[in-house]
Amino acid sequence: MAKKVAEMGVFVALAMIFSYVEVLIPFHFGIPGVKLGIANLVIVVGLYLFPAKEVFGISVVRILLMGLLFGNGVSILYSLVGGILSFFVMLFCKKVSVFSVIGVSVAGGVFHNIGQILAAMVVLWNVRIVSYLPVLLVAGVVTGALNGYLSKKISSIMLQARKQMEK
Amino acid sequence: MNKKDLWLILGFIMLAGVCYILFGRTRLGNQVVIVLDGKEYGTYSLDQNQDIMVKGEKGYNQVRIEDCMVWIVDADCPDRYCVKQGKTNDRHKSLICLPHELVVEVKSSDQGMPDEDDVDMISQ
Repeated sequence: MAKKVAEMGVFVALAMIFSYVEVLIPFHFGIPGVKLGIANLVIVVGLYLFPAKEVFGISVVRILLMGLLFGNGVSILYSLVGGILSFFVMLFCKKVSVFSVIGVSVAGGVFHNIGQILAAMVVLWNVRIVSYLPVLLVAGVVTGALNGYLSKKISSIMLQARKQMEK
Repeated sequence: MNKKDLWLILGFIMLAGVCYILFGRTRLGNQVVIVLDGKEYGTYSLDQNQDIMVKGEKGYNQVRIEDCMVWIVDADCPDRYCVKQGKTNDRHKSLICLPHELVVEVKSSDQGMPDEDDVDMISQ
């Protein structure tokens, strides 16, 4: 139990620091609101290392903490809807075991953006925000593929490390 | 990356294309507002083809609205930069004639549509 708590703590901290330093990486689509989303790395890698329930916890705790520290009520809502939707889509994609890590990550990136659009539509009560969808879909594919590639490398290294620890 | 991943990516990109065709035009404005000397000269629909002669103290500009595009066809200003600016239907661009102090802006009559700046504020 203690080991689990420690592991979860480390992953939450990692996810938080990722979403914090993300601003420093010069990656601009030229479209406001589009970001790398490297915090999702932690979630994708986590999906391959831990039980889904725990990863869900990491994701929600990270979003709530980041929102309380740097955001506001509305930004928490946007992130939560995007984060939860993308989590379940990624879980589903992983469960059907058709896609590799990259596919899972791409689906996660795209649905994170779809979730945010949906939240924005409800908050602003305006359907025309859908016009942002095409851009955000493409952005989700690109960032998702980048994250997926990294996740693949990281998770394979971590699985190896875990095996060696167990020996 | 396996083949299924590529199909997934292709699917999302195609979905983006479909969405763009379906909703892309809502990004564009549907109204033309002409401002002369800092005062509003008139508001016109972008859907209605017409020619507007804007006559001010300093000269004239002929603004044409056709096929949901607006541009300045003719003017007697010395530099004629306004004519060279070409056609637009983008809400974030405007046609400007400096010598005549004329601004042709494309706007959206739907006030609920947020600007990119608003979305940026919230998402950060």
